Amino acid sequence: MARKVNLRIWRGDSTSGSLQNVEVDANEGEVVLDVIHRVQATQMGDLAVRWNCKAGKCGSCSMEINGKPRLACMTRMSSFEEGEEITVTPLRAFPVIKDLVTDVSFNYKKALEIPAYEHPADLGPGEARMEQIDVERSQEFRKCIECFLCQDTCHVIRDHEENKKSFAGPRFFIRIAELDMHPLDMLKNRKRTAQEEHGLGMCNITKCCTEVCPEHIRITDNAIIPMKERVVDVKYDPARWLGSKIRRREGS
Amino acid sequence: MTELERYKYDVLVIGAGGAGLRAAVEAREAGLRVAIICKSLFGKAHTVMAEGGAAASMGNVNSGDNWQVHFRDTMRGGKFLNHYRMAELHAKESPDRIYELEMWGALFDRTKEGKISQRNFGGHEYPRLAHVGDRTGLELIRTMQQKIVQLQQKDAREYGDAQANIRVFAELTITEIIKESGKIAGAYGYWREGGNEVLFEAPAVIIATGGVGKTFKITSNSWEGTGDGHALALKAGANLVDMEFLQFHPTGMVWPPSVRGILVTESVRGEGGVLTNTLGERFMFKYIPEVFKDKYADNEEEADRWYLDQDNNRRPPELLPRDEVARAINSEVKAGRGTEHGGVFLDVSKRIPAEVIKKRLPSMWHQFYELAGVDITKEAMEVGPTCHYVMGGVEVEPDTAAAVGVPGLYAAGEVAGGMHGSNRLGGNSLSDLLVFGRRAGMGAAAYVKSVTAVAVSEASVKAAADRIQVPFTNSGGENAYSLHQELQEITHNLVGIIRTGSELKDAIAKIADIRARSKNVSVAGDRKFNPGFHLAFDLDNMLLVAESTAKSAIEREESRGGHTRDDFPGMNDKWRQVNHISSFNGQEVIVRQQALPAIPKELFDLFDIHELEKYMTPEEIAKGGSN
Amino acid sequence: MSGVFSPSRAEIKERTLRTDKWWLQPLATFGVLFSFVIYATFRAFEGANYYADHLISPFYSPCLSEACVPEATIGGWTPISAQVFNFALSPALIILIFPLGFRMTCYYYRKAYYRAFWMSPPACAVAEPHKKYTGETRQPLILQNAHRWFFYAGLIFNIILTYDAIISFKNKEGEWGHMSVGSLVLVFSTVMLWMYSLSCHTCRHTIGGRLKHFSKHPIRYKAWTTISKLNHSHALFAWISLFGVAFADIYVRQVASGAWTNFYFF
Repeated sequence: MARKVNLRIWRGDSTSGSLQNVEVDANEGEVVLDVIHRVQATQMGDLAVRWNCKAGKCGSCSMEINGKPRLACMTRMSSFEEGEEITVTPLRAFPVIKDLVTDVSFNYKKALEIPAYEHPADLGPGEARMEQIDVERSQEFRKCIECFLCQDTCHVIRDHEENKKSFAGPRFFIRIAELDMHPLDMLKNRKRTAQEEHGLGMCNITKCCTEVCPEHIRITDNAIIPMKERVVDVKYDPARWLGSKIRRREGS
Repeated sequence: MTELERYKYDVLVIGAGGAGLRAAVEAREAGLRVAIICKSLFGKAHTVMAEGGAAASMGNVNSGDNWQVHFRDTMRGGKFLNHYRMAELHAKESPDRIYELEMWGALFDRTKEGKISQRNFGGHEYPRLAHVGDRTGLELIRTMQQKIVQLQQKDAREYGDAQANIRVFAELTITEIIKESGKIAGAYGYWREGGNEVLFEAPAVIIATGGVGKTFKITSNSWEGTGDGHALALKAGANLVDMEFLQFHPTGMVWPPSVRGILVTESVRGEGGVLTNTLGERFMFKYIPEVFKDKYADNEEEADRWYLDQDNNRRPPELLPRDEVARAINSEVKAGRGTEHGGVFLDVSKRIPAEVIKKRLPSMWHQFYELAGVDITKEAMEVGPTCHYVMGGVEVEPDTAAAVGVPGLYAAGEVAGGMHGSNRLGGNSLSDLLVFGRRAGMGAAAYVKSVTAVAVSEASVKAAADRIQVPFTNSGGENAYSLHQELQEITHNLVGIIRTGSELKDAIAKIADIRARSKNVSVAGDRKFNPGFHLAFDLDNMLLVAESTAKSAIEREESRGGHTRDDFPGMNDKWRQVNHISSFNGQEVIVRQQALPAIPKELFDLFDIHELEKYMTPEEIAKGGSN
Repeated sequence: MSGVFSPSRAEIKERTLRTDKWWLQPLATFGVLFSFVIYATFRAFEGANYYADHLISPFYSPCLSEACVPEATIGGWTPISAQVFNFALSPALIILIFPLGFRMTCYYYRKAYYRAFWMSPPACAVAEPHKKYTGETRQPLILQNAHRWFFYAGLIFNIILTYDAIISFKNKEGEWGHMSVGSLVLVFSTVMLWMYSLSCHTCRHTIGGRLKHFSKHPIRYKAWTTISKLNHSHALFAWISLFGVAFADIYVRQVASGAWTNFYFF
């Protein structure tokens, strides 16, 4: 039961580009990526698109479908109205390379800036003991498939190129939260550096990252806000500040 | 044409899945400079698709487990065609590899005592798979990816450059491994993004490219599973061993068509999922082979009791090794008891409460709900076999993962052969890639320290460059997409889950025909991120793989593990002693027989003699091991 | 040109290609919040009609000014002069900063008004109109970090309003054991305020979220689990409690001004 659908696909590169109309068959049960593949195999042999697993597990086929950041492999054709025109563009927060492929190296640079996990020096292989309830919070964040849709939708960098220097983005806030909540991680200053080096304060919790997450990680409620609260603990809590002053005086 | 980029490294790792990353970490920690080549983005490798877990006999859930039991299970699962030494190393070392990941920050699910939890899986006698829900592969990849980032951060502090000693080259395809005077000298390839070419000079190359699934029509593999490493190794003069053995995972999705083949994890059965046909019959009881009769329940009552008391009951037949279950489903569908989409039903909804399903099998719930509109907490899934894993692969020295016959070449993970024999147990691939990834890294490091690097000659560079240019100079030639489709039809229909001699003969001729036509593939557009161009190279690799598979399959006149011959049903003890070795003479793949290394006495004695009698000839039994 | 129109990005002239009614939600939020602000401002300055028959408007409680109706005060305690800085302040203005501050710094309302009022961003994947953006890193928005202190203050207010709700179970003559429509209105408003406070992110953090090892604090873990569930509905409680308080005030005002009669069930 094939039906014809109208696609507007953005084609071009970093110098110029435009939306191009194409008509293509769509079969029952297909997703947007299937239809794009059909366009590729039958009409545009050199249409660039990233994809890998086609099962929503690798986070490669991130693009914007009718203006919303989505995984093409998880967007079913049946979610569109009969006759509805479907617009497909590359991610708009990152530099475009060609067609639907963007340069996401920003994210790998940011990954390098987050200090790694630090294992307790006195715990040898197999000696670690952790309770399930203590690892669950971090496990939620480790579900992340690095599709970078949250990074794409975040207005802090999507709308302000200049903020890319100082802002790690939602994907790396959940990484920081994951490590700060890791039952064994030994590195102490993650809260302070989250605010001072990774731009946690830039986030105004408008929750777009949570809305687009294909893994349904509750990025804002479970990672960013708890991290903001932890930052308040160490930086903006007058009682603690006063307490530390007094302790310091007593100590000296 | 832009200028050729040139790099020099000590070790070049092709493939950034679990095995590649583990090898890279090992080589780097041995003090070497390492390059990692990755066909897609860093962290997207097919390893992320592994769901169930990593098998390691830590004995956290059942203290009766140990390496000997794991070794026995592995050999039994592989129908005793495994390289004993690989199975031995794997069983002995996998617990340490899991602990190591934990020290790098991995967060496995826990037992009540706070240890790493372990789950049941097909073919494993005890709960053995360390896991994180049903996304264990992702956890492995992410942990090693972050370990590499950690090494880079250290280099950034020491040398002011994060990429000083370990660099990831993402979205780069290697088209050739280059040898000079019989030794590995480097590799040649191109950036997928811009199409410009790159030369790597390195005395050691580790191939860790994973599988070949894309050779088949219905597969759980992503586009990357095109057998690149198998083909690169063949062309570099290495051998492939036992390429006839392909694992068809019994449970892939069958509906809707666009998701056909996507994996439904074995944990669904491990957690209590039941297979039924359209008559509502729990059919697996009919398919318990003689060799497994004493380990598997032959009635529903006992099978159900096993979930509560594993010590006093035999396990349900849904948990038989994958080849058995895949064949059983295939037979049911062929007998007309399958669904209209050609599958059978797999149901967890009747046994397990909805919230437990969502907690234990979150990504399965998600996958069916989003892709098929099926709520697995309420309805049954429709499943059927899908091409999942290739047991065959590069012939290696077990201890060092060195490819036989090519100094400086190493292979680890799915691309290497021997470890799993004729059939791999679920959970053994994640531990395989950790154990042999590390060994390949060690092996390569020791080799590099013992030799002097040879430079790549300009003649080799030119030859490699010319080859890349070919699809653009062919005009009006074949379309790579349609050739790929033709190949998939042939392998699916003629070299698939059930094979016969005449069909294989037919397949060999047809594959040769496509190979001839593929020389004339032409590509539209330019080199910049051009999928048609990329496929032209992948196609060549897949053709070589398909040829070795078909040629090995026609030789093996028996049915064993991931190789089923309609014209030769049943195992034959004589064939158990034979490996098939594929090599490439520049024109075509040549397959020859080679004796399987005999099991030494101390390992032989781990088995019950009556079990061995089912697999071995009386002479072998009488010998009682090789030494 | 910055943002999605930066030269390196895909050349697309629309600020969004969304085809759904993305503007509807911020518009509705704007409408409702704006109306509330107008009404609350008017009421805060009115300085009258906040007490009738043991019903006290939540906008005026606690009533701390010498200008307060004596029955509305806490046992006649009026520490604040009627003339502050030589200016006659409505008793509401003295205290409203606390509930207002709690809501202004609330993680949910921040999302709502950043989107609806400041359009930063108006909706997801819709380009915002501002040239520069620094988030909550500098004055005045860095003060959002004071949410915790407003949360504590809010708890004190909740206790006082609970007291007010209890008082409403008196009849006109001041005898206990009676209930009117007004009692129900105040009880509903107060319960929703408690739900709003308890479901708050700061509460969730304080009660257990800040711990690294839940397993060492089983009771706090249990409390955290419960509050986490409430937290899922924090936005809902934010709206219901806002309407609840506004309606409680309207009700008291109408009764006090004689427009409505407070019906007694018993």
